[in-house]
Amino acid sequence: MTTVVASRDAGALTPARTRRMSPAPYLLLVPAILVLLLALGYPLVWQFVTSTQKFGLAQQFGKPPEFVGLANYTRLFTDPQTWAVVGRSIAFCLVNAAITVVLGVAVALLMNAVGAVARLILQVSMLLAWAMPVIASMTVWIWVFDWRRGIVNWALTRLGLDFTNHNWLEQPLSFYFVATVIVVWMSVPFVAFSVYAGLTQISEEVLEAAALDGATARQRFFAIILPMIRPVLMIVALLQVIWDLRVFAQIKMLQDAGAPVASTDLLGTYIYRLGVGSSDFAVASALSIFVLLLTVALSFFYVMHLMKEDR
Amino acid sequence: MTTAVARNRRRVRPARVAATAIALLLALIWAFPVYWMLNSSLLPNTVLTGTAPRFLPFGGSLDNFAAIFRAGTFWPALAMSVAITLVTVVFCLLFAFLAALAISRFRFKGRASFVLAVLFIQMLPAEGLFIAQYKLMSSLNLLNSVLGVAILYVAAVVPFTIWMLRGFVAGVPIELEEAAMVDGLSRTQAFFRITFPLLAPGLVASGVYAFLQAWNEFTVALVILQAQDYQTLPLWLRTYVQASATRETDWGQVMAASTLVAVPVIVFFLIVQGRLTSGLVAGSVKG
Repeated sequence: MTTVVASRDAGALTPARTRRMSPAPYLLLVPAILVLLLALGYPLVWQFVTSTQKFGLAQQFGKPPEFVGLANYTRLFTDPQTWAVVGRSIAFCLVNAAITVVLGVAVALLMNAVGAVARLILQVSMLLAWAMPVIASMTVWIWVFDWRRGIVNWALTRLGLDFTNHNWLEQPLSFYFVATVIVVWMSVPFVAFSVYAGLTQISEEVLEAAALDGATARQRFFAIILPMIRPVLMIVALLQVIWDLRVFAQIKMLQDAGAPVASTDLLGTYIYRLGVGSSDFAVASALSIFVLLLTVALSFFYVMHLMKEDR
Repeated sequence: MTTAVARNRRRVRPARVAATAIALLLALIWAFPVYWMLNSSLLPNTVLTGTAPRFLPFGGSLDNFAAIFRAGTFWPALAMSVAITLVTVVFCLLFAFLAALAISRFRFKGRASFVLAVLFIQMLPAEGLFIAQYKLMSSLNLLNSVLGVAILYVAAVVPFTIWMLRGFVAGVPIELEEAAMVDGLSRTQAFFRITFPLLAPGLVASGVYAFLQAWNEFTVALVILQAQDYQTLPLWLRTYVQASATRETDWGQVMAASTLVAVPVIVFFLIVQGRLTSGLVAGSVKG
């Protein structure tokens, strides 16, 4: 305020200064900020407060909650079930992200290596898989792996293995195998297209020169291609790790199709079961805060990378 | 003639043949579930429960779709999904457009913090907030309502939409507007006559993005819309999968239901793919 007065006194109202002090940008931000505060800000604060309170049966019937400090966090992280879920989630996330990135790069290299027709077929099929809504994909895959008449059981039986009426979702290990197949299937197209876009930026001459100098395909990949696509690869891998931590819809749908819940829960479904299932809002909030902190920590480099773009 | 032979000889390199074969195999694997959904949706249950699968929809019909339309649960779910998606897209675009203007056309105090906050918020997973959002909507009496879910969807989608539109607005050079102002238009006129039409592709792309997010969303809907009568299409589809856990399912109908949910998404997705890659105002500020 004082700067405006001072500058008006000086009689030199530069355009830059008017623009900086004008309320216009703030007014333009108001609707977005309001909806974010209501739908995310308030729940975030509520969650934080609740995670430090006792929220039992009495509180559900109107008794004011009492402050218990970090007791919920202690309760949560001394429970072996929590660590089982956290461990499974991290393992699932890393395995899926690794498989997805390796396969995605392989598909991108293939797109680059084959002729126009084969490339188009591969791209259309990847786009179809990418475009499928998660829930529709889950439904189809559950049908594909159905224990009674699924095509996978039929095919494996035809190959001489007895998979008649084999229930894939019953055992945690084969449950996660199915989940991995599905998550990798739906995630590879994004990686493949991003990396392929990176590959098309590499000049043909450099690769040809290297080939003339006697570099093998393997050498060309590790010495030229990989360093040149490293920026896009890092971002894609990071996003994959972040996204594979939040596989709620996929795991929930597989559980709904008839898997044992307790031994297949990952972070999202576990929070859901604590909060919606058993109304243990305090512990569910504490675990949610943990998931949010983990996400923010993982997102840090990605966000910094994007901020560089904002110039 | 000789060139054709030479080209032919280059084509038949074994490495290239192998690469093509692998590429086609991968294409087959990735397209198969989508094909299998369409194929099964056309086949009657008697065929699907037979001993061997039928790989082509011979003897197929649209009976499964007719059965879904008759069942009566599809239409309310469709209405719910359309209403929520519409409200989300309209408000998300409006709010994000205004915010994108602010951050790409103005330099102001707090701008960097706002952009930083938006980028972090965009990364937050629904699973980390949905219990609290459930309590919020419960205290506002907005559980099982279009408005309740739409508010949460707008907030979830608006950050990335702001980021997307920011790029599009920044892609329209301010010089275009200034030139129009030199020619006698006011700042507002210049914006709506010059910049706004150039932003149309950006708005379409962002609108489709918001549509896809709202149409496909599952997690928040599952928590907020627990009553049977207020299901969106993804939740409606889930009831079929749930049913399959305990009793024999008519998978033909489930696949028809799945197809109905997926087709609009696939169409819009293919549109936005093309829009995003085409250059925006290439060549409009030259000379």
